[in-house]
Amino acid sequence: MRARRADREAGGRGRERLRAARLRPRDVLHVGSAGLRSRPVRVVLSALGIAIGIATMISVVGISASSQAQLLRELDKLGTNLLVASPGDSMFAGQDVELPEESVGMVGRIEGVQEVGATADLDATARRNEKIDKDDTGGITVKATTGDLLRVLRGEVRSGRWLDNATGRYPSVVLGHVSAERLGITAPGRQVWIGGRYFTVIGILAPLPLAPEIERSALVGWEGAKRLLGFEGHPTSVYERSADAAVQDVRKVMAATVDPRNPQNVKVTDPSSALRAKAATEGAFSSLLLGLGGIALLVGGVGVANTMIISVLERRYEIGLRRSLGATRGQIRIQFVTESLMLSGLGGLAGVALGAAATGVYAYSGGLPWVVPPWAVGGGFGATLVIGTIAGLYPAVRASRLSPTLALHAA
Amino acid sequence: MSTVVGLRAVTKEYPGPVAALRGVDLTVEEGELLGIVGPSGSGKSTLLHIIGTLDRPTAGSVHIAGHDVAALSDRRLSALRAQHIGFVFQAFHLVPGVSARDNVAEGLLYSGLSRAVRRRRAAAALERVGLADRLDHKPHQLSGGQRQRVAIARAVVGEPALLLADEPTGALDSASGEAVMQLLRDLNGEGATIAVITHDTEIAQGLPREVRVRDGQVVADVRNPSTNVPNPSAAVRTPSRNGNGRSPAATGADQ
Repeated sequence: MRARRADREAGGRGRERLRAARLRPRDVLHVGSAGLRSRPVRVVLSALGIAIGIATMISVVGISASSQAQLLRELDKLGTNLLVASPGDSMFAGQDVELPEESVGMVGRIEGVQEVGATADLDATARRNEKIDKDDTGGITVKATTGDLLRVLRGEVRSGRWLDNATGRYPSVVLGHVSAERLGITAPGRQVWIGGRYFTVIGILAPLPLAPEIERSALVGWEGAKRLLGFEGHPTSVYERSADAAVQDVRKVMAATVDPRNPQNVKVTDPSSALRAKAATEGAFSSLLLGLGGIALLVGGVGVANTMIISVLERRYEIGLRRSLGATRGQIRIQFVTESLMLSGLGGLAGVALGAAATGVYAYSGGLPWVVPPWAVGGGFGATLVIGTIAGLYPAVRASRLSPTLALHAA
Repeated sequence: MSTVVGLRAVTKEYPGPVAALRGVDLTVEEGELLGIVGPSGSGKSTLLHIIGTLDRPTAGSVHIAGHDVAALSDRRLSALRAQHIGFVFQAFHLVPGVSARDNVAEGLLYSGLSRAVRRRRAAAALERVGLADRLDHKPHQLSGGQRQRVAIARAVVGEPALLLADEPTGALDSASGEAVMQLLRDLNGEGATIAVITHDTEIAQGLPREVRVRDGQVVADVRNPSTNVPNPSAAVRTPSRNGNGRSPAATGADQ
């Protein structure tokens, strides 16, 4: 300052090179936010479009991710070390395939197998009483079960008790939660008509995600079925749990162990793989909804551009004043791009918060874990910044090209 | 003493072609206080824009504070305005909702100074225009005359080589207008070079130099030696105009 004045006084030939000062980052924020601060209502309205777009995208991704996390968590709890052997399709059509009686014990002796359980489908039907038509099965199958089955499936009894050695010998039955519902039974103690006599319901199971077939069954004790229902002792499904590391090895020998003479007739399945596949599809969020979010975001961007153009028109005065105060064209451009960035950035922040909150509400009401993937937050916010820049560029260039004299005259 | 404004045969034509300025020569030396007066359509606004480097002439040369305007890029021209020219507008152009101090500090925004320094110097400039007790007032809490004084503080806060006042009293009642003119005379007394653009011949006649513009040409360039400044201290201040320029107060405000 002093040097300049001295120079001016020493002849004022302007020897000093004119150099436009750079705006400090803080000053850029200051001028960029000035327009927003003076019109809060408009800021809210025009940021709303962006917010809705981002909120839609975040919640679509978040809800999918939460559902997936829930399934994976469930899968984790249930374990992926369960295998089921059941009769496959016979090579000779029409021939009933059944598993050998001793297969349950054989599977239990495979190295690595920790627990074995089995069920056998029976011909009997379960009905509320004898007056109901025999064909009216309600889709409920009656199965004989070994006592270990529930532990193998990591199942739980919702009310009542599971079959034990004593109750398994007598006419008592445990219902899967679907069959209990279909029979209209809400609590143990009632009786159901199975195979020509009444069985007492002693327990109702909780849902079994790994074995939906059990949910639709009426389970009778192995010995009881033999004694009361003419069951011959051939299992239909053999369930086993092994150490995680042994699953592949067990799988290789399981069919041959279950039925050494006809291993080709035995089908070995892994129920957790179905659940895993379901988790994968849950994770694949609906691209339609995501597309809707994208369109909302685009419309929001157009809204921001519109607001910025109006802002430039309204503030020609201010632009002229700033030019007269020494702002370069670049500084005017930066001001308006910054303003646009802040506008859409605010919308983006609000959208992330809204989307996360929507996911939270959904997750909370559905008992799911609350998951908002960081990549979705980062991507969504990044998208708003890109949109803000693009939306602000044209108005900013217009503002900077405005002739300062015209700008000052405009009022 | 050095030349602040040097116009040589400046012509400005607008598409039409309409000649707003036709061969204007004008020289303003440091420390001068002059009025550029003319009726509307005379070209005085165009002249203001050319001197203020907001516009470039179609022909002729413009030197402001020693710089040839034609040779400067937009960036350098902006720097010239930031460092050497202060504007005062008829409509004040203060930012609403922002304190007087911050409005004045805005005048230094493009000078590269930190915010703290800008605000310190803004306070000093407001003191200089007699508004030391209005630092935190918002424009709507100030009278028209006070607003214009804030605008003048904003224009002089950067110690410009030239202060351009475009109808500074146009939006004011006569008492406030006279106070503003007195402030400009006082600033001139402290060494500021000031050009007042006005259509009001009475105001122009009250200034030491009067440049009359009509139909895009300077028709008269009159010195009013016995400027009827109704201010007893005017005689005391007169020598400083030819001396070393700034008063101690102004220098203090610069720190």
